[in-house]
Amino acid sequence: MPRINEKVSYWMLVAPALAIMVIFYIVPVLGIWKIAFTEPETGVANFVAMAGSNAVKTSFIITFRVAAITTIGCLILGYIVAYAISNFASKFTPLMVALVILPFWVSVLIRSFSWIVLLGRSGIVNDTLKGAGLIDAPLRLMHNETGVLIAMIHVMLPFAILPMLTNMRGISGAYVQAARSLGASEWTAFRQVYFPQTMPGVMSGALLVFVLSLGFFVTPALLGGGRVLMISEYITYQIQEFLNWGLGSALSVALLIATALVLLIAARFVNLRSALLERK
Amino acid sequence: MASPILSISDAVKTYGDTHALNQVNLDVAEGEFLTLLGPSGSGKTTLLSAIAGFIKMDSGKLTLRAEDITNRPPEHRDFGMVFQGYALFPTMTVRENVAFPLKVRKKPSSEITKRVNEALEMVQMGAFADRMPSQLSGGQQQRIALARAMSFSPQVLLLDEPLSALDKKLRADLQWELKALHNQLGVTFIYVTHDQDEALSMSDRIIILKDGGIQQQGDPNTLYNRPRNKFVADFLGKSNFIDVTVKGQTNSTLHCTAQDVAFDVETDTTNTTGDTVKLALRPERLKLGAPNEEFLPAVVKQVSYLGERCQVIVTHKTLGEMLVSCPTWKTDITPVAGLTVSIGWEPDAPVVLADN
Repeated sequence: MPRINEKVSYWMLVAPALAIMVIFYIVPVLGIWKIAFTEPETGVANFVAMAGSNAVKTSFIITFRVAAITTIGCLILGYIVAYAISNFASKFTPLMVALVILPFWVSVLIRSFSWIVLLGRSGIVNDTLKGAGLIDAPLRLMHNETGVLIAMIHVMLPFAILPMLTNMRGISGAYVQAARSLGASEWTAFRQVYFPQTMPGVMSGALLVFVLSLGFFVTPALLGGGRVLMISEYITYQIQEFLNWGLGSALSVALLIATALVLLIAARFVNLRSALLERK
Repeated sequence: MASPILSISDAVKTYGDTHALNQVNLDVAEGEFLTLLGPSGSGKTTLLSAIAGFIKMDSGKLTLRAEDITNRPPEHRDFGMVFQGYALFPTMTVRENVAFPLKVRKKPSSEITKRVNEALEMVQMGAFADRMPSQLSGGQQQRIALARAMSFSPQVLLLDEPLSALDKKLRADLQWELKALHNQLGVTFIYVTHDQDEALSMSDRIIILKDGGIQQQGDPNTLYNRPRNKFVADFLGKSNFIDVTVKGQTNSTLHCTAQDVAFDVETDTTNTTGDTVKLALRPERLKLGAPNEEFLPAVVKQVSYLGERCQVIVTHKTLGEMLVSCPTWKTDITPVAGLTVSIGWEPDAPVVLADN
């Protein structure tokens, strides 16, 4: 049997996935770039229109604000969950991890509709609060940013927990024990010894959630009810309602560049390779 | 013992059905190098963790200079500890690691600088102060861990198998250094290991543990030469075991037979005629000679050459296999498999084991 060069066999292993990525992803993305610069006429007219539009500006601000608040919310809640799983629940660890992953088995669409059932004017939350006599009129829990944030944090939470959990489970309990034996209180040991070691997990969770949130569509569209127009929904409007492929594509390009900028800026502060690949 | 610095009484710790600590009583003398030795699962690490305060005993009492510290949290016990994997904080430099115990004690910065430098000099690592732990070799990390555990002048230093991750030669060097450091500082060391050589070479006193209980304790010489039972004789060094029938005892001379072989043993124990007792015989106390030179005829089964010594397994027709260890530089015969030889020993070589 002829020996295949190691490099060649490596590329042969990667080739199928690479081909799919190129044909069905890279080429269409390039197509979008082309449309952005050519429809309805060649030039940067779409980008000029975009820059001059207050609606686009508002949408970008909402997008970044929702993504940022979602990220912070996911980090705080996720850190606590990851910490509890990796430090206390030895017997229940597999169950707890399963519960974190479980939502992945349910479609985002179903999960978002479930939040509508929960948060609507006569949804379960409002009915319960009214029944308990805590409120007179139903609270506005959806079709606004509050609703979008609640559902977004829920949908994104596993993406924050998993990298942090992987990171924390790799931290030996000996570090905190060592800190305690050297005279540090539980809190000091956590703050000065444990927490700094969890930063790679926190950073990789933050990046994952933030970048995914920037381009998220289903949840903001359903829970926002058209009132919280994040950029991906704005793009859909431009293309589906106004058939304005040029502006829609230009917005996509802008979102892609914005996301790339976020990663670039993040790269100045964290080691992306270890944050996203090695998860150590 | 003068009033002990540390005292553990009736320590009990169970995990499910296993007794990790089973009524352990132990006094530690000021300035002593005490080693807790045992196989894995013997309870030695549990005992150290209980002393450090990382695990709560089910029952029992721990006192430090006669003061009850059973429920005191680890950070207020003032014990330095060196961990098996060193546990140097990876996000801090060497200097920050060593300064950590002084910082949490809110010492003035001039004192911190001085003490950190002293501690690093003590382990000859002054030149590495600004490195990160990940940039150091295992042996260097080990020294930093030691400097960190000593920088705040703790009352007792706890060491949990600190050398187990190092290679053999480095381990031997660090054994000398640890021992020298102990002599120089006069601090009480409590050292956990499963390595008998480590225990023998450094300790003032060794505690041998098995199944959460103390099997025997004493200085290395006593433990090696006067093991109390089969476990100790087998765990600390190697031993041949012979079951003998007591035929009588005149003063310190025990007359006994093993199968069809009759011989005398010098002992400080008292034995009853007719009883069966177990003898332990160190391989290096057995002598290998030409046929009929010693009193037991035997045949060489296997030879293992170790450089300074030579291990020989011989077979006697009724006593079975025996391990003989002879110096390679002083042999009248060169043992090879199949050779007919004879073996023997001095009357004071066998140890009468008190129990099985």
